[in-house]
Amino acid sequence: MSRRLLVLAFEREGDLLRAVGHARAVGHEIVEVYAPYPVHGLPEAQGLAPSRLPWVCLAGGLLGLAGGLALQAWTSAVDWPLNVGGKPFLSWPAFVPVAFELVILFAGLLTVAAFLHRERLWPGKRLAVPLPRTTDDRFALVLAPAGASYVPEVVERTYRERFDAVEAVETLEETRP
Amino acid sequence: MAETSVLDRREGARHPPVPQRHPAEPALILGHKTIGRVTADVCAPIERRPTGLWWAAFLAALAALAVGVASVGYLFWKGIGVWGLNRTVGWAFDITNFVFWVGIGHAGTLISAILLLFRQRWRTSINRSAEAMTIFAVMCAGLFPLLHMGRPWNFLWVFPYPNTRGSLWVNFRSPLLWDVFAIGTYFTISLVFWFVGLLPDFATLRDRVKGRVARAVYGALSLGWRGTTRTWQRHETVCLLLAGLATPLVLSVHSVVSFDFATSVIPGWHTTIFPPYFVAGAVFSGFGMVLTLMLIARRVMGLQDYITHRHVDAMCKVLLSMGLIVGLAYATELFVAWYSANPYEKFAFNNRMFGPMGWAYGIMVLCNVAIPQVLWAPRARRSLVLVFAVSILVNVGMWFERFVIIAGSLQRDFLPSSWAGYAPTLAEIGTFVGSFGLFFTLFLLFCRFLPMIAMSEVKAVVAHDAGDGHGGAS
Repeated sequence: MSRRLLVLAFEREGDLLRAVGHARAVGHEIVEVYAPYPVHGLPEAQGLAPSRLPWVCLAGGLLGLAGGLALQAWTSAVDWPLNVGGKPFLSWPAFVPVAFELVILFAGLLTVAAFLHRERLWPGKRLAVPLPRTTDDRFALVLAPAGASYVPEVVERTYRERFDAVEAVETLEETRP
Repeated sequence: MAETSVLDRREGARHPPVPQRHPAEPALILGHKTIGRVTADVCAPIERRPTGLWWAAFLAALAALAVGVASVGYLFWKGIGVWGLNRTVGWAFDITNFVFWVGIGHAGTLISAILLLFRQRWRTSINRSAEAMTIFAVMCAGLFPLLHMGRPWNFLWVFPYPNTRGSLWVNFRSPLLWDVFAIGTYFTISLVFWFVGLLPDFATLRDRVKGRVARAVYGALSLGWRGTTRTWQRHETVCLLLAGLATPLVLSVHSVVSFDFATSVIPGWHTTIFPPYFVAGAVFSGFGMVLTLMLIARRVMGLQDYITHRHVDAMCKVLLSMGLIVGLAYATELFVAWYSANPYEKFAFNNRMFGPMGWAYGIMVLCNVAIPQVLWAPRARRSLVLVFAVSILVNVGMWFERFVIIAGSLQRDFLPSSWAGYAPTLAEIGTFVGSFGLFFTLFLLFCRFLPMIAMSEVKAVVAHDAGDGHGGAS
């Protein structure tokens, strides 16, 4: 069964932040918040935990380091050691630059891959934004105010009057395939 | 309200306080923009038909590119012999151009990564185009070693992949191979960083453009971006992480480029100060190029409200300080050549200043050390014509710096019987012209089809300057 949602539009980030605070205080479930730019303090206001992507970055870096050193040591000293100017086969100092570059490469690419994977972003994906201007100059707060006491008009008026919501639309929740 | 104050306290604990603008300080973005106005202004060049000026510039760039294609075609047909290289001067125009273009790229990373970490808000207007400049410059740079290979179709041999030549591996003890990894990583990470930053702006365009094809293309590029809080939060984390990775990366890239020279035994190359000296020079020339491009772009694309005198002023100060570091490096080199009491080193630097290429050394010192000193005067930094001239001269000077170091040092080595001269041929000059053609063709296409200014980042700055910050309304 799909829920009834209330989409509220705001013009200023200050209004949005206060509205989010109010929704959490009175127990209106926040389904999603859409913003045209990163609003500082919004993740904290919604009570979202910090992202764990830095751990992916660390893992990618370590993988690059281990892989880079292993590749260089194996090709230079094990698989086919070639004498180049009498330099030692296992020249660790000479392996530093390539290992370093591979740390950066793996850490960066894996972090971005993890980000795209977690956010389910890929070419061709198309999910409509709730209001057309949320990628332009509007903020949208999507609420699922449940319960017997929920009277849409009253809730809507509260947000319009107290937090300057400029638009309010009732929709049904999109059931994702 | 009680809940607001709780929010404020929690928020303050996580983010260092953003410095408030002093009332007397001019705003970063002029014209009291609303965030909707930012979208309209930045998208305007994409939505309207290109101007006559754009077409003129684009055709000129294409013509230069055609010169390059002809020169490279001639090179492929005949071989490396069409260049002016000889047994003594084995590296000259090509490697000079390689180092020149890589260096130009560095300012883009500096602006997008290091200034992000330092929370310099003025970077938001210029970071997108500076990053584009980086990517295009690295593409131009990569071209030259590729052409120098002689058999460029065998370029895959520089990568360590299992092969049928007994699995003959690459030599990991050679700085030339480190270059492959450094430049390859630099290009990849810069491209990814740029694309991730573009995602929200692609979504804005997707929801805005009229044409069906444009909508489909921007839609595909936006990867379905919707701008939810979670996405923004992760996006900011990713951008900070990439900035943190790109910062040591950019320092490593030009250090590795300088190892190509510093690890050899040629007097004039064999110096330990090369890595920091090259990095400072790279940032110097890169900021020169950013200034050149921004001053043109703000006029041609009508972005005067976004790229303001304050941005130009800040970039001039960076340019000036980098110029001083470069000047210090020149002086240090000369001092060490004298103080080391090494006759070969002394000879190399005497030859550099007073030898057959002394005129190039003169141009280098004039353009890189003397001329940028005018930027001490605030009035000079406000004169856009003067700044534009200085920015171009800086790049002339920096090109000559690399030429002096590379060709000048090779020209006269230990053995007088092997001394030789060097003069570029038409094919080499044509290839260099072609690299400018490639660079400007790509940059003009970027101006036409992609948002030149990071809309989402500028919107945050605009909202903050308007006092619409957190709790500002309560």
